[in-house]
Amino acid sequence: MPTSPLSYRATFGLVLKRDLTIAMRHKDDVINPLLFFVMVITLFPLGIGPEAQTLSRIAPGIIWVAALLSTLLSLDRLFKADHNDGSLEQMLLSPNPVFILVIAKITAHWLLTGLPLILMAPLLAVLLHLNEHSYSALMLTLLLGTPVLSLLGAIGVALTVGIKKGGVLLSLLVLPLYIPVLIFATSAIDTAALGLPYSGQLAIIAALFLGSLTLAPFAVAAALKVSTN
Amino acid sequence: MWKWLHPYADPEVSYHFTGRLLPWLSGLTLILLTIGLIWALGFAPADYQQGDSFRIFYIHVPAASLSMGIYLGMAIAAFTSMVWQLKLADASAAAMAPVGAVFTAIALFTGAAWGKPMWGTWWIWDARLTSELILLFLYLGVIALHNAFEDKNLAGKAAGILTLVGVINLPIIKYSVEWWNTLHQGATVSNLGKPSMSIEMIWPFIFCFSGFAFLVAMVICIRFRSEILARNSIRPWVRSLVIEHISAQSSTTTPSKENS
Repeated sequence: MPTSPLSYRATFGLVLKRDLTIAMRHKDDVINPLLFFVMVITLFPLGIGPEAQTLSRIAPGIIWVAALLSTLLSLDRLFKADHNDGSLEQMLLSPNPVFILVIAKITAHWLLTGLPLILMAPLLAVLLHLNEHSYSALMLTLLLGTPVLSLLGAIGVALTVGIKKGGVLLSLLVLPLYIPVLIFATSAIDTAALGLPYSGQLAIIAALFLGSLTLAPFAVAAALKVSTN
Repeated sequence: MWKWLHPYADPEVSYHFTGRLLPWLSGLTLILLTIGLIWALGFAPADYQQGDSFRIFYIHVPAASLSMGIYLGMAIAAFTSMVWQLKLADASAAAMAPVGAVFTAIALFTGAAWGKPMWGTWWIWDARLTSELILLFLYLGVIALHNAFEDKNLAGKAAGILTLVGVINLPIIKYSVEWWNTLHQGATVSNLGKPSMSIEMIWPFIFCFSGFAFLVAMVICIRFRSEILARNSIRPWVRSLVIEHISAQSSTTTPSKENS
């Protein structure tokens, strides 16, 4: 690390590239949450029954709940390894603002979990007989909603990263925060299935995204300072 | 104001101050709750539409308001502790969390008991009920996070951050009835000057509400005092308190031993 601070953009790029490289060297960590996403979704038609009508009614909820859970499983990767080998503390000690580091790490996390989820969602929607009017709504809500999941989840991981058995605790902290996203996303998809405009729900998810994008990194930075104490 | 406030940042001063406050709080709680509950449950007129089952209102509404009020208090304490690094603010937030969780649970339970005769169902996924349930989860998360840390200072800071993140839920609960046109009825006592309920009903409510508020203050005071003692157990003033307590106890118990 050079002693003079890098520009914000260079810092962001460096951390993002580092996290992506590390993830590419451990492909399992990236693929396993996605497999989990697919498997959870295949459980529902088997458990509930294969009637197309029932499935298409509950498809938005299933896809979103599975997305929440698989994001939750992948959250550990965000800070855990860096915390264990001490590189997280070095990053916090560096002269660059923690805000930028946190944003870069969350972006990397979203690129590795949120984006593949979005790419796979239409395929799973076909399996669940999702209403054909709902596809664009599903994609838009996932596009705006999964970054919120990464941002809010980062707060939970940052708070629990110093705790030995933080896994269950993490889900207790994060899931209540995820509920609003789930409510508005599924409501938007349901509205779209009726052929009605769903811009209202979409606007609220966008507001959640922008709000958490500006505020969550501060909370994450404060929480990391507590956890690495 | 700072000159007036700053002695209370000392745990010993706060401990003795809340100790002096406690008899007043418990006395007021006892008087107000006795009058309020007997009046509300026994003598207040029954509602022309809801009959006697509306009386649960006298417990449900104070519990629901206080569950949000306590969270707000916790958030203010967390903010204070984060900005001014006051350790006592952490102690007070830790004292408030379980009380708030219990009041949220009471609000949800009495709400369910009210909903059964009124709406014909114990539970409905309406905006206010759901957001109140999320409030309960937030309280439980704060408590769980607090317990997960060995070091109470770190625990307070971490729980404080989570508390501040959860504050976003408060306006959602408050305005859920207005934003979404739901089954849950709107505010009845929103405006004390011109309430939308009769005057014979509002007086017992005022008694009940302030009685529950003082009850909350009393319980928080008790918990706050024990938090202070737990966190300062190595300080000399706590030790001298303990020694005083033990010697007072042994002086009262020794004569009885001689008798036997």
